[in-house]
Amino acid sequence: MEKLVSFKDMAPGGIVVNPGNSLEYKTGDWKVLIPVINQETCTRCRICWYVCPDNAILELDKEYTTKKNRKYKVSYDVSSDFCKGCGMCAQECPVKAIEMVPVEVA
Amino acid sequence: MALETVKKAIPLSTNHAIANAVKDLDVDVISAYPITPQTTVVEKISEFIAKGELDAEYIHVESEHSALSAAISASLTGARAFTATASQGFALMHEMLHIASGLRAPLVMSVAMRSLSAPISIWNDQSDLFNARDSGWIILFAHTAQEAYDTIIQAYKIAEDQNVLLPVMVGYDGYVMSHTIEPVITESREKVIKFAPKKQYPYKLDPDKPVSIGAITPPEYYYEFKYQQVNAVNNSLPTIEKVDEEFGKTFGRSYGLMECYMCEDAEALIMTNASYASTLKAFLPDIRKEGIKVGLLRVRLYRPFPLQKFIEYTSDKKTILVIDRAISYGAPFQGPLANEISGAIVREGLKLNLISVVAGIGQRTVEYEDFLALARLAYEGKKHKETIFYGVRE
Amino acid sequence: MNTLEIRWHGRGGQGAVTAGEVLASAAIIEGKYALAFPEFGAERRGAPVRAYTRVTNNPNIPRTPIEKPDVVVILDKSLLKHEYIEGLKPGGYFIANTPLKPDELIKKLNLPNSFNVSTVDATSIALKWLKANIVNTAILGAVIRTTNLLKIETIINVIKSRFPGKIGEANAMAVQEAFENTIVMKLQEAI
Repeated sequence: MEKLVSFKDMAPGGIVVNPGNSLEYKTGDWKVLIPVINQETCTRCRICWYVCPDNAILELDKEYTTKKNRKYKVSYDVSSDFCKGCGMCAQECPVKAIEMVPVEVA
Repeated sequence: MALETVKKAIPLSTNHAIANAVKDLDVDVISAYPITPQTTVVEKISEFIAKGELDAEYIHVESEHSALSAAISASLTGARAFTATASQGFALMHEMLHIASGLRAPLVMSVAMRSLSAPISIWNDQSDLFNARDSGWIILFAHTAQEAYDTIIQAYKIAEDQNVLLPVMVGYDGYVMSHTIEPVITESREKVIKFAPKKQYPYKLDPDKPVSIGAITPPEYYYEFKYQQVNAVNNSLPTIEKVDEEFGKTFGRSYGLMECYMCEDAEALIMTNASYASTLKAFLPDIRKEGIKVGLLRVRLYRPFPLQKFIEYTSDKKTILVIDRAISYGAPFQGPLANEISGAIVREGLKLNLISVVAGIGQRTVEYEDFLALARLAYEGKKHKETIFYGVRE
Repeated sequence: MNTLEIRWHGRGGQGAVTAGEVLASAAIIEGKYALAFPEFGAERRGAPVRAYTRVTNNPNIPRTPIEKPDVVVILDKSLLKHEYIEGLKPGGYFIANTPLKPDELIKKLNLPNSFNVSTVDATSIALKWLKANIVNTAILGAVIRTTNLLKIETIINVIKSRFPGKIGEANAMAVQEAFENTIVMKLQEAI
């Protein structure tokens, strides 16, 4: 349990002096399913990244060359710290490159 | 004191109990904007209307300011009007609060008390309602869902009384009452309407008998209009008492203007309202077992303040510990109820030691051990000049 | 004066709050006094949720959170942890949604020998009747079987009035099956 601090040690007005700290609060610990993105089928359209309600789709500067020699500058991964397994990415992917699998399997 | 009845209770949250009261009172106009923790009041009402169980006009307004504006206007045409709110919504309608009382609009509003921003809090305390202390409304607090149901019914009878003609607000604690299911006995519409028949605003907006409402007044007259309000608020007290007595005779339940629980042999009193009062009632027998002879003085009617009852209940007591659920920053006592009581003590020359406590801000949990500690403070009866901010982490 | 304090643990969306409310409603219909309320936090699907129910014959009921429950009910297997059983009174009842039998659960969680343990596979029952992992109605069957607090018929009636039509019927079947299949392991009496 985090230790609760005295009023003297808090910034006045509830002002957040270190914004972006939501990255420290991991919300993905209870999911049942997790998406797996097929880098071969993925066309890098970014729709999954766009619809994910938790910003859990990560665009990585990782080059990828498909079997048909198509070169991509980026690849996609899923942040398990924040993904809650809602499946919106899999639902919206126009080329069905995303499959929801049980967490234990992934 | 609540009387025993043989009627069957049904499970209702305070929010739904209030919605049922509005239905049973055959309210004509409901204008509201959703806000936690009030929303399920008006959701339920709109359900009743959709099902045909209540024939009323439900106005979806764009803000609470509009909600109260619409309710005021409706009540001035002679319709029975209702709105519900909390916290920021309540604050947003603030200018209309004074207009409602200034225009003597006989409407009723329920307030699911919740803390005010900033910082944002959706949790329960009473900072929203106490902000409207001087708005000229009649203010009552309910401590159970049953009392909320009963008091809304009483509220219309009070508001529409031709000698009162004032808006009435009924406050109760958000979440711990609004969203909490408990047993409630509801009455039939026939009985409720018979108890509180619709009495119309005597100067209502009517094309056949035109009046102008909303005038500007120069210094020669403004004061007198406000003095009318002063008298209306003060003179409403006997009516409020009578309505509650009549309610008791009709439905078998009455509450009084103030409630003194386990007071008779108490040497000190804890004064509080709403949910803390209902919790304290449950804890007092165990607190007494520890040899701490305190009683509970529950605030039900707040404005006008029932001074005579207060004097009566405190006449043989040494100490009164007032638990405030709101803060009066920078005041001699930093809780609004405590300031009230200190005024009463000075005015009447009462020999009462006043201990001012602020607790439960932002729904900070107060448990049995805390009530026990506060009861002990009251019983020990020492002088505490400064307001005790109970539970804050220093 | 008999007061029973029940604490429910689930995840947002599983119906822990509704379970507490149905139990309180049933108690009120049977003429008892009861209070049901959730722990009011940020509401997020999947976040651990607590709900409280108090059933008593005293008209004055406190509104404080239940820290020392007589009954702890856990709806989600990911919450089968000691921190959620904390405060359970000795001699109390621990009711869990799990396919394990009570003695297996006790062994797995290394539970102390101070309270009664009941288990029911509410997830399977819910999937069977409701085609969804909403275990709150099934778990109510387990609570009644374990505590004998109220009549199972009252619970079923409350559920049917709250969820009309086929949904109510399906939930009623889930309650009934859980009621029949709950395994209750009472505390061993110390010699």
